Amino acid sequence: MKPLRKRRLIFVISIVVGLGAAIGLGLYAMQQNINLFYSPQEVATGKAPVGPLIRLGGLVVAGSVKRDAESLQVSFDLTDNAEKVTVSYNGILPDLFREGQGIVTMGKLQEDGQFVAEEVLAKHDENYMSPEVAEAIKKAEAEAKARKPKE
Amino acid sequence: MNWQWFHRLSSPKWFYQISGRWLPWIWILSLVLMAAGLYQGLYNSVVDYQQGNTVRIMYLHVPAAFASMMFYVIMAVAAAIGYIWRIKLAHMAAVSAAPVGAAMTFLALLTGALWGKPMWGTWWVWDARLTSELILLFLYLGFMALHQAFEDREVADRAAGVLAMVGIVNVPIIHYSVEWWNTLHQGATISKFEKPSLDPSMLIALLLMIFAVILFCTAIMMYRMRNEVLSREHSKSWVKEVIGL
Repeated sequence: MKPLRKRRLIFVISIVVGLGAAIGLGLYAMQQNINLFYSPQEVATGKAPVGPLIRLGGLVVAGSVKRDAESLQVSFDLTDNAEKVTVSYNGILPDLFREGQGIVTMGKLQEDGQFVAEEVLAKHDENYMSPEVAEAIKKAEAEAKARKPKE
Repeated sequence: MNWQWFHRLSSPKWFYQISGRWLPWIWILSLVLMAAGLYQGLYNSVVDYQQGNTVRIMYLHVPAAFASMMFYVIMAVAAAIGYIWRIKLAHMAAVSAAPVGAAMTFLALLTGALWGKPMWGTWWVWDARLTSELILLFLYLGFMALHQAFEDREVADRAAGVLAMVGIVNVPIIHYSVEWWNTLHQGATISKFEKPSLDPSMLIALLLMIFAVILFCTAIMMYRMRNEVLSREHSKSWVKEVIGL
């Protein structure tokens, strides 16, 4: 390779590597701010601030959804399989909202550990399947559960 | 090392002749795959257990998003080759890839928003995946604007080329954003090494559409490159012959 081309090659590699390192370090430093939401565990350990508008993400605990018969008021528990946070919300829930579903909610954490949501977004996972397959998996899981106590 | 073959490959005249022969075949293959992919995706594949028919947006969204990143890499690598070896054809490739990639980025953002409204409950959210994809669109637009800003084509090639090379840092960020941070956007379904977690009929449709869109974009990029070659080499005798002057 001619010296001039070599110099240009080194220049290109060094700006890409240098900038990559700089941005990498920057992103690493801002890691917490780039996360879209806090987890229930972060709420429990006091990492999530009380007062300002924040996002909280987790799975809706089965059996925890309580709807008010008169209004759109609803409350449910969110978990990351470690801690639980009770969320109350007044509004229309997205199509994908259901028990066991991952959701992200925006709102304010109260002094008593309750979370008052202003917006609820459903999170979709990376699994796609037909209703028949989903039904079969559910059935197999239920059967496995039913078999267990007998053993 | 002998780099002669490399320089022969970079002859605009050679490219013009070869691309003229390849283009019809790329077009045919792309359209056949797209017809098959659309039939499989819109008609022959199963609905999703949660999303219902909305899942079919995926067959356009994923290929567009894939192409948006792939053509950025093509653009940046071409710009680097042009910058280091001063090869005109490489700069022409970079300039031709930019609008194609920008269009795919826009399509990915648009189809994502259309999917997000019914599924997530919002058109847009500032999570890491969506934001980094938006930055990709701005990088494309910045590249095109910077290239337009210079009178001298060679200066424009080099200046915009540096922007393209620097911006490549964003591509791995887009790809890994769903793993590095908590995002609303779901993780990758088929780019992992394990068995893909979607129905086989969906996978077929998705793969067909990915190949169709890549070939479609390649064809458009080749057309743009051929125009670029004719426009930049217009004083050469072989170009005058081609356009019948």
